[in-house]
Amino acid sequence: MTTISPPTRAQRSHRLPGSRIAYAYVAPFFAVFLAFSIYPWLDTAWVSLHEVRLSTYDQSTWLGLGNYVNLFSNPFFWNAFRNTVTIGVISTVPQLCMALGIAHLLNYRLRGRTFFRVAILMPYATSLAAATVIFLELFDSKLGLVNWALHLVHLPAVDWQGSRWPAQIAVSTIVTWRWTGYNALIYLAGMQSIDTELYDAALVDGANRWQQFRHVTLPGLRPTILFTIVVSTIGAAQLFGEPLLYHNGMPDGGTQGQYQTLGLLMYQQGWTNDRLGLASATAWTVFLVIVVAVLVNTTLARRRDRQGTLSSLAPKVRL
Amino acid sequence: MRPGSQQGGSRLTYVIVAVVAIVSIFPLYYTVVMASHTNAEMAAARPPLLPTTDFFANVKAALALAPLNKGLVNSVIVATLVTAGTVALCTLAGFAFAKLRFRGSGLLLALCIGTMMVPLQMGVIPLYMLMARIGLAGHLAAVILPTLCTAFGVFFMRQYIAAAVPDELIEAGWVDGASPTRLFLSVVVPAARPAMAVLAMLTFLTAWNDFFWPIIVLSSQNPTVQVSFQSLATGYAPQQSVIMAGTLYGTVPVLVVFAVLGRQIVGGIMQGAVKG
Repeated sequence: MTTISPPTRAQRSHRLPGSRIAYAYVAPFFAVFLAFSIYPWLDTAWVSLHEVRLSTYDQSTWLGLGNYVNLFSNPFFWNAFRNTVTIGVISTVPQLCMALGIAHLLNYRLRGRTFFRVAILMPYATSLAAATVIFLELFDSKLGLVNWALHLVHLPAVDWQGSRWPAQIAVSTIVTWRWTGYNALIYLAGMQSIDTELYDAALVDGANRWQQFRHVTLPGLRPTILFTIVVSTIGAAQLFGEPLLYHNGMPDGGTQGQYQTLGLLMYQQGWTNDRLGLASATAWTVFLVIVVAVLVNTTLARRRDRQGTLSSLAPKVRL
Repeated sequence: MRPGSQQGGSRLTYVIVAVVAIVSIFPLYYTVVMASHTNAEMAAARPPLLPTTDFFANVKAALALAPLNKGLVNSVIVATLVTAGTVALCTLAGFAFAKLRFRGSGLLLALCIGTMMVPLQMGVIPLYMLMARIGLAGHLAAVILPTLCTAFGVFFMRQYIAAAVPDELIEAGWVDGASPTRLFLSVVVPAARPAMAVLAMLTFLTAWNDFFWPIIVLSSQNPTVQVSFQSLATGYAPQQSVIMAGTLYGTVPVLVVFAVLGRQIVGGIMQGAVKG
């Protein structure tokens, strides 16, 4: 399989059917999309400027930026913001690094390669609800296998629920377990689309395996890595299901809010406290955080690009 | 051959890959063990490593506690309809973007790609109110409709059709007087079948495992299987074994599908990564 670049306008044949019926073909997608994505998304912005309750949804009071002012002066918001960032880092950075390493190993000619690939994808097939319930038991302070293993190597038991960092690590472990194999396969696909000749050239130049990885594989994978970073960032900013079920379905993120994320806070504001305007302000804040995070990521990647580490269109071996 | 693949793996490579595979599978296996032992047995100095037949009794207890069977049936309905709708509508739109000329197609495609990044979560409150207003809150349709067609699917199918169906074939058919619909059914669909299968598998898994929106819009009386897990975790199960048994019961169908189609799903994800 090779990468397919979209044909440019000039390459397109002018004898292809020019037809009005094309609008009918794309209409269902745009109808679904306008009704269930764009409209709710914009309406959330509108709601965020009002005082709104579930029972009196249509009689809202204009607040201007009141909800945002309220939100940013609220310690719960900053707690959730901090937790979202720290859990995001703990759950994605090791995950993507491990995925890269695993993909590199799977790219060798291995016996039983299909088995390994299917095996590392099993967590992806497990739903986040099932995975969280399972890990909740594994991390249980008294019955859990994790504390038993710690005991085995003479380490003290850890309170994986009550203390901030252990709880955040446990929640991050669930995310990492589910997504590492998936990302490894994405990287593996990227690795396999790198031109073989580059490896041959590197071999001729006497590059060892590490140098090949560093100077051929990594530059060739840069677009794929950027893609996974963007997708993981978006996922991390919205983290919800794992911390919800980790506290038995309660959106408080632990008794002290030690792992309450922005997603949970929004749910709590909207559905537990019936403050839909405030919840919508949180939603838009999350969205803006995502936009900023993605822009920062892509800008950083571009800047490194300009330094000449990689041009994905004309990769060169640099040793 | 493939880059890197001329080189065989060292012994260390096998060891590391095997450890990764074990870490991936072990929690699932251990769920069976946890589902067959009481809290007291699990708290023992040496926790059990093998399952017992108590597992089946615990599944029965879990079924009494949470509407798992109803959840499974609902999940099959939701995932099947979402998959059928997504594959059909995305292939159709992908064909239009790949092979038909129409005013504004570039702009519309850019809009489609640009919005792949707007998460559904952003608009849950108005979306919920919308569903409540049209009387769909609590109904499966509320889960099915918003995901009936995805930007990713449209883009994925467009990329595949652009490459897999030669322009000449479309032109020839068009010159011979075949309508676009005719071309779609007899030229595009047969050629796009592999990509449709990939999209179907990915969509089914995503729909089956979807959690955030279903838990908001569905009630525990009419849940998908993911939502019914919550009744297990928040219900007052005296024994963790019952929770584990129920979780496993609701997960087994997708794991079986995965064991059978795993190879194809792996191929699909890797194909999607390069194309998408």
